[in-house]
Parts: sequence; structure tokens; C-alpha cells
Amino acid sequence: MNTPLSWIKAYVPDLACTDQEYNDKMTLSGTKVERFIRLDKNLEKIVVGKILTIDRHPDADKLVVCRVQVLGDAKTQFVPAAEITGLAEDGTVQIVTGASNLTEGDVVPVVLAGGRVAGGHDGGPLPAEGIEIRAGKLRGVESNGMLCSIEELGSSRDMYPEAPEEGIYVFPKKNEPAIGSDAVAALGLRDSVFEYEITSNRVDCYSVLGVAREAAATFGCDFIPPQVEVKEGPEKAGDYISVEVKDPDLCTRYCARVCTDVKIAESPEWMKRRLAAAGIRPINNLVDITNYVMLEYGQPMHAFDLDTVAGHKIIVRRAQDGDEFQTLDEQVRKLDKDVLMICDAEKEIGIAGIMGGENSKITDHVKTVLFEAATFNGPNIRKSAKRIGLRTDASSFFEKGLDPANAEAAINRACQLMQELSCGTVTQGMIDVKEPLKEAVRIPFTPEEINAFLGTDYSKETMLSVFDRLELSYDEAANEIVVPSFRQDLKAMCDLAEEVARFTGYDNIPMTLPKSSATMGAVTPRMKVEEKARQTALHYGFSEAMTYSFESPKTPDRLLIPEDARERKTIRIMNPLGEEFSMMRTLPVNGMLTSLATNYSHRNKDVRLFEIASVYLPKSLPLTELPDERRQLALGMYGAGDFFTMKAAVEAFLKSCGITKDVEFEADAGKSFLHPGRQAKILVSGAQIGYMGEVHPIVLKNYEIGERAYLADIDVDSVVPLSDFEPHYTGIARFPAMSRDIALLVPNTVTAGQIEKTIRENAGEQLESCRLFDIYEGKQIGIGFKSLAYNLTFRNKERTLEEAEVNAAMDKVLSALKELGLTLRG
Amino acid sequence: MIQQDLERIREEARRRLSEASVPEAVEKVRVEILGKKGSLTEILKGMKDVAQEDRPEVGQMVNDTRAAIEEAIRSAQQKMEEKLLKERLSAETIDVTLPGKELPQGHLHPNTRALNELKEIFVGMGYEVMEGPEIEKDYYNFEALNIPADHPAKDEQDTFYINGDILLRTQTSSTQIHAMEAGRMPIRMIAPGRVYRSDAVDATHSPTFHQVEGLVVDKGITFADLKGTLDEFSKALFGKDTKTRFRPHHFPFTEPSAEMDVSCFKCGGKGCSFCKGEGWIEILGCGMVHPHVLEMSGIDPKEYTGFAFGVGLERIALLKYGIDDMRLLYENDARFLEQF
Repeated sequence: MNTPLSWIKAYVPDLACTDQEYNDKMTLSGTKVERFIRLDKNLEKIVVGKILTIDRHPDADKLVVCRVQVLGDAKTQFVPAAEITGLAEDGTVQIVTGASNLTEGDVVPVVLAGGRVAGGHDGGPLPAEGIEIRAGKLRGVESNGMLCSIEELGSSRDMYPEAPEEGIYVFPKKNEPAIGSDAVAALGLRDSVFEYEITSNRVDCYSVLGVAREAAATFGCDFIPPQVEVKEGPEKAGDYISVEVKDPDLCTRYCARVCTDVKIAESPEWMKRRLAAAGIRPINNLVDITNYVMLEYGQPMHAFDLDTVAGHKIIVRRAQDGDEFQTLDEQVRKLDKDVLMICDAEKEIGIAGIMGGENSKITDHVKTVLFEAATFNGPNIRKSAKRIGLRTDASSFFEKGLDPANAEAAINRACQLMQELSCGTVTQGMIDVKEPLKEAVRIPFTPEEINAFLGTDYSKETMLSVFDRLELSYDEAANEIVVPSFRQDLKAMCDLAEEVARFTGYDNIPMTLPKSSATMGAVTPRMKVEEKARQTALHYGFSEAMTYSFESPKTPDRLLIPEDARERKTIRIMNPLGEEFSMMRTLPVNGMLTSLATNYSHRNKDVRLFEIASVYLPKSLPLTELPDERRQLALGMYGAGDFFTMKAAVEAFLKSCGITKDVEFEADAGKSFLHPGRQAKILVSGAQIGYMGEVHPIVLKNYEIGERAYLADIDVDSVVPLSDFEPHYTGIARFPAMSRDIALLVPNTVTAGQIEKTIRENAGEQLESCRLFDIYEGKQIGIGFKSLAYNLTFRNKERTLEEAEVNAAMDKVLSALKELGLTLRG
Repeated sequence: MIQQDLERIREEARRRLSEASVPEAVEKVRVEILGKKGSLTEILKGMKDVAQEDRPEVGQMVNDTRAAIEEAIRSAQQKMEEKLLKERLSAETIDVTLPGKELPQGHLHPNTRALNELKEIFVGMGYEVMEGPEIEKDYYNFEALNIPADHPAKDEQDTFYINGDILLRTQTSSTQIHAMEAGRMPIRMIAPGRVYRSDAVDATHSPTFHQVEGLVVDKGITFADLKGTLDEFSKALFGKDTKTRFRPHHFPFTEPSAEMDVSCFKCGGKGCSFCKGEGWIEILGCGMVHPHVLEMSGIDPKEYTGFAFGVGLERIALLKYGIDDMRLLYENDARFLEQF
């Protein structure tokens, strides 16, 4: 909401503060100022001047030389004579201009030499420092200033409709300001416009009066709202119109008043200026009055041409499914049975609270006007506007749920203005169809409770004085605070506490720490595992990535996921931002590959990333209960390193979680997006906790990654119950170890995993370690074979080992290996 | 005779040691003179021919000679070692300005860094860290937080729906309800997590972002406690000179509600381009838990009160680390991540 401060001051006459003070204090009392702008920014030394003569420029066809009177009555003179460059004895300056809309006798804004204007005549973006105007010569003729267009004064024709399309602003003859006086003030630009962020609970503050009431309470000044008195003519409204509300659930109040003998004309300057400063274009007195009252009271109004209202009857009822209606912006709107319509005896004439109809539009020939000020069901207006696709100024008010009492006040204010502005004659009475108004809310008042809640020590009197400023009354007998109808947000003690806090100042509430019972800080077991995952990943050179949880339905295809796979059973978002963000991921793979691809396309070398990512696995589809959200550790890399680099990182992570025994990697994890010969299930004690492998070449191509890439995906939730962060000391070996090396000739069909398993199963309890230290494939070995060399270390913790024991263990190992088809190399 | 031999041997040792230029030459002197078959040893063997009465004197002379030669050898060895060490050290001089050898090092995501800072502060203050589901029931995300079906806030938050009843949570405030329903008093928790809003991607918006929710419920919790706690937090996060400012605001699930600003940590509150001249930077929303919210979650508001707050993690990360575009956080360019 934009409001000129002068408008607020009209109702808080004692308000004396700088713009900045107003900004700060209002923000701290809860009416947050988003920004404010001075309307007279960069407007310096601009006076009202009268053009006495206009002569041709001797050397330029498009320029004229004006003699402009800029010195007037000393009482109103804005810039003293001594400060006016080039001032002639007769109180004029010579100014050369290119404008062609001037005639002698025109009164115009004149920026004197050494002054400043806000912008150029083209109305483009305003330069931060404005434009300085210097004395000089134009084609050889002296010029001591500039005549200003409305654009040069930082405004526009929209806001000053009387301004010419091109050329200098000329003050209207009927209301010319004094020569030499402040032209900026004459144009109503000595003002600042404040934009507020009004919170959704404060419907009353979407109005000048609401903000003014807050300002008065904030600064401790009196709030003086307009005194509304309607001078009525002899005729009766009831003779002109009747109203019937058929759907009172959607229309809580409908007030109607009628004005006859309407004369459409321009609004007075003060009204035009206020509307313009609030960003609303002045049109004519009738339209301006409804807009003005909407801003002032926060109550949108509608004006119908009564002669177009058939049967002089208003019926408020729901539309029917499939109805169509042409709104006054000439668009045809589709309606349904939940859209509330304003109708006459024959037809629909407006969409309630959203927009009037083309068929009852006010024209310049209007004679009798029907004013409507109503309150509608807020949520229904919001939903209707959304369905119809038409959100208007009016609907954005109504959807907040307006105060029915305010509708009456607003319509009376409009009628008062109609009469005062000689826009028409107000007939007697108001047609008022309403549900019984709600009784005033009463809140028990216990100052101790409020103090205990806030942690303060305010007196009852302090609190009551805050309430008084806010027009909350105190029923001493019942010890209750009575809430006025415009404060729909106040319902309970905590709301009163907030009012006390706001106007005694949040700043004045002390700062304490909870005195209550001690608690222990802690993280969840899963967070501990995640912390280990992060540490390990960092140690292995993986940097942490974060990716979106939703992805495109095309993702499974890019990952070559088979049609019936579990990964395709995905949760879909009903209203996604776009197709590519519509599916909740079941794998962390797409995010990882996309991130690797981004890096690859940026030519980053040797990239290693990890993400601790959630996947969302539905228990059934369509979703009836919340899905499984499982946390994954995803690792991805390309460049330096291979499968076994990744494997080392995986093993190190498990080790960091205390999982060292029974970790197995089993060929073929059944993952379509991994290389079929280079992928493994990761098992702990036989149960799968993840998988890893090299990315399938087709998938690499799908993601436009031009190098081999590797992935691992570990289900963190499976690791949590297996993890053990408690170190278990097993002593330092005191007796010597015995070590044996063996080189084995191994057929390619036998895996290192099988060999190690066989060794461990047969070497007995004294085997301390079994380590592969050499792999050889080549000429000296037959095709289909490889040579693997192992170091086996034996040790007994209690005594020195006997040679014979180790020999026996080795014999057992070798014969078991022989059964696997392995032989010792010589 | 022996005296002359001793003199000769001593002279020979002196000469050869002075000529020796490598440790092997010194060792050779030791072996050839003092060794088992060395010349001095040989002389000792001749002691049996010395007259009984002369033996002590001669013995003494032999021992003196031996000691003198041993000393000369030791001294020669020491000099040799010193010389060698000097040569080695000189030969081993390196160009210390050559670049250091880097180990590949991973980097934490800025969000995680920021979260770790927050966690550390609150765990230190006795808060438990909790998590809640991202795919959530409407009830927990809205209704239980005082946002009934027709509430405008429901529209304001631009929610992603899975169906009429299940949605992607728009705020971590839903975890407040889970914590309160669990009913273990007192509650002092923070809940970090991912939230979703239907905002198109740009430099300051993302359909996915992270919040950290805080909740304290106990007997006698006050608005002053809320202010004090968040003031401590701000000083811990942004530096001990940080000042806080609480502005009235509105959230359906807290009353009174506030937004908290901290004094600009770039200019100290004087006003600069970073804080847009205001001297203050908006950090979080907070308030006293609305008694109706407590009641709906089965907590008696007559007995217990509480406060809650919600921090945007990305906002903290962007502010603290000077990141100017939110999109960078989800792009995962290594050149970006390496800076954290």
C-alpha cells in the first residue's frame, strides 16, 4: 500500500516527525515501512512563473525566447531575488525553450539557473542525482533556467491528466498559484510516499485511516478521522432501488445508496493529488470518489448506472455452472456455482467483489448512480478470483474478509463527498441487507498474565493507555477489554499482550534466558552417521553437493530404468513448477549425474562430489500414507581415480561407522545405469546397504559426460543400526608374527573376493591379516588367467607361534584354493 | 726398543689420520693399529719379553699411546662427520618457494557449514536436534499451526501438493507439532530440514530451500526469554558486538510475533550497500507459540508457554559467506564448492 504522508497527517494533525523517524517508529510498532520516496526528490529552485512574452529565436526555428515573470509577492516568493540568476529589474528572467504548447499569459513551473529537476522530458528512468540546470546560451541567446514538463518534475501525465501530451506543464487557469511561489508545493509534490508491508491479519490497516490510527498510537498523537455527515436531498433511496441477498453465506452485508442529478466533472486538485501520490490515476469525480474511499476506508465500492439496472432491483446470488459474463474490461469470463454475482431483475451486472459488468458500466452520461458497499466471504472471493483468473484491487481487499461495520461508514463517506464535490444529490436513507452483526469480542483482562507472558512488569494503567490509543475499551465491571469491530485479529490474551508489547516497544522488553529445567543438547543417531559420511567424503576429496528432490519424469528413461522397476514407482506433484520438477526422486543418481555433467561442461577436471540426499519411496500408489523418506549417501566422480578409488571411500565410510567385519562387494548390483561388468552390491553381513559402479556408457552419453564416471549410493538409514562409534581396544601384539607370501595362478572366472573368503575361512583363528599385494596379467601367464600374490600374517596373542602350526594352516589354505582351481606359481 | 716403536706407531697414526679424507681411511687406521692384528696390539704381544720390573712403566706407555691414538681417531671421525654433514646439508638445499604438494581435499556445502554453526550454538545451549518428514500431512503443515483451510496464508505460501491431504512441507514449523505431540517436557529443540515452495528459480528464490526451526516449551517461558535466546544466538553467529532488533510481525502460529534483524555485520550498523543503508539485516521470524497451537497439540497453555523461531539456512549462508546468487547453491560447480 502506497500512501502520501500528508494524507496520514490529515487525520493525525499533530504528527511532527521526519520521514526517517516516521519510517523507523512505524516499523518498530508493527506497520513495516518497505520504502519511502520523496516526491520532491531532486527538485530545487523551482518556482511558479508567468510567461509574459514569447518571441522567435533569431537563429533557430524550433526555439522560442520567453520572458518569464518569476518574482511575485514577497510573502509567497519562494526563491529570493538575490538568488535568481539573470533577474531583470521587472522581476523576469529570459528562458529559451523548444516547447510549442505555450501561449503568453500561461503560468508554468520554472526551474531557475542553479536549480535541479528530477528527470528528462522523455519520462525515462530518473537519474539518481537528478539533472542540474545552469545558465547558458542556446544558439547564442541567453537562457536563465528552464520551463518544466511534468516528466521533468518526476511525475507523469497519468497522474496529472491536465498536463499536455508533449510540452510544458501549464497550471489550470481557474486555480493559478501565486507568481514566484513554490511550484513543487503547488503541484502537491512536497510530500513523501510510504509503502507499507501490511501483515495479513491487519485487514484494517489496508486503509489510510487504519495506518493513521496506528501512527497516532505510535507517536502518542490524537487520531481525528473525517467527520461524516451526509446532507440528503428530498427523495428516498427506497423509491429507487430494492436489494435482495439470496446467498447470505457469501454476502454478509449489502449497503446501497442512490445519488441523483449526477454531474461528471474533474475532481478537485487535493483529491487528484492524493490519488496520484497513492499511484491511482485520477479519472473523474465519480470514479475518483469510489477510489478515494477505497483507499481511505479500505472498503471497495462499486457504482452502477441505475438506469441500466433492470427493475431497479439488486439480487445477490450465486452464478450457475457454465454461465458466461462480460466484465467491464470487455473480457468474457466463465463462471461456476460458487461465484457470487450481483444481478438486476433480469440479468447479471457484476461479479461480486471482483469486477462490474460491461452492461452496467458508468458512462459520462450517467444521471443516477447506485453505490454498493458490501462485504463478501473472503475465502470465496479469493478462490473465485483465482478460478476466474481475475484478481483486481477490489478482490484483493474483499478476500481479506472485511468488517461489515466499515461498509456503512464508507458508503456514507462516499455520499458525503458526492454532495461536497457537487457531483450529485444524495437521496435519503441506505438500503441495508445484512446478517446480524457479530457481537463485540471481549477478552478477560489480567495484567499479571500479560506480564508473565511477556517477561515484563508493566502497570495496569500503562496497558490500559495502550488499549485506549487503539480504541479498545475497558469494561471495568466485567474486567474485560472490548474489541472494536475493525480489529478482527484480537481474540485472546496473547493478542492483547502483543498490543501492549508493540506500543510499549519490543525494544523495551528485557532479554533473559529461559530459567527452566536443564536439557541436554543432542543430535540424532542418523546425524552422527551423516557426520562420519561427510568427514570421510571430504578426506577422500569429495565436495558436498545439494540437488533438488524433484526431477523430470524422463529421468528413469535417461537412466535406462526398466519399465516395471521399483524406481519408476514415483510420487508426483499435483501442481509442479513444470514437468521437469514434477516427480519426487527415488534415486539420488540423477542429481549427482546432472551435477557431474555441469562440471564437465564447465571443463572442471577430476571432480568428486557427494550428496546426503533423501529419496521418497511410496508405500503404495496413489499415496494414502506418508512415504518412506530414506537418506542416501551418494558419491560421484570422474577424472583421476577408478572403481577402486570409489571403493576405498565406501570402505572408509563404513569403517568410520565401526563397520569393518563382513563387508562384501558382490558383482552385479542389477543397476541399469551402471556398467554391467563394473558394478557391485555393497553388503554388510549379507544384507545389501548400497551399490556402486562405473556409469554405463549410454547413460554417460545421455548426460553428456565425456569421461568414465563412478557412482556409489549407500542407504544411510541401513547403516545407522549397524554403526558403532565406540572404539574397542584389543591390545598391542606382544608376540612375533609369522608371515607367508603366496603367488597364485588364478583363472579369470575366480574373483579376488572368493580367494580372500577361502583364505579367511581356512587359515584358522591365528590369521591376523590377508593382503593382496600384487596382480599380474600378461605374457608369462596363460590367456584366461591372472596372477595374484597375497601376504598372510599369522600371530597368536598369548604365545610365540610354532613354525609347524603355520605350515599346517598354510597347507589347509592351499588345498582349499586348489579346489577353487588355483595353483601356486613357482 | 718398545719406546721407539710406540713413538713410530704414534707418528704413523698421526700422519695417516691427517691424510685421511674419507671415513673408510680412518677406519683402516683403527684396524691396522688398534685392531686384533694391529701394530700396537702386536707390541702388546711383545710385553712378555719386557723385564718384570719395567713392565708397569712400559704398560703405562702402551696404554697412553693407545689412548692418544683412540682420541686422535675419534677426533678425526668427528671432523669427518661434520664435514660430510656440512656437504650433505649444502647439497640438499631446496627452493622453498616451489609450490606445496596438495592433497585432494573435499569441501562442505555452504548450507552445511552454516547449519553446523547453528547446530553447534544451539546444542551448546542444550537443544536437541530433530528432523521431520518433508512429505507431510496438511494438518501438520497448516491446520495444527493455526492455518485452517480457508486461511489466506495457505495461498501465500504457494504449496506443492501431492494430493488433497499430503503436500511438500512449506516450513519446518511442522516439526514443532511433532515435537509437541511427542509430549516430552520440557522441549528445547531445533529442527533443520528441506522445505518447498512454488517459487520459480532466480537469484533469490528456489523451489527448494532449507530452514532451521527452533522450539522451546516449558513452564514460565516468556517473550523476554525469546529475545535473550536469539540475541545470544546472533552474537555467537555474527560476532559479540552484534545487536538485535525485534520488529512486530504476524505469523498465524505465534503471538506476539516478531521478525528479528541483526546489526549489519559489514558496517556495524552504520548503513552500507550490503544492508541497503539500513544498518539492519533481517534474519529470522519468531514469536511466542500461540496458545491455541499448544492446545491443539495436547499441551495445556495455562501450564506451559513457549517460543518458536525459524531461520532460512540459505539466507544465513548467502549473508555470511557473501554469495550473491542462490542458484549457485544447487548447481554444484566445483569451482564454487571449493571456496567453502
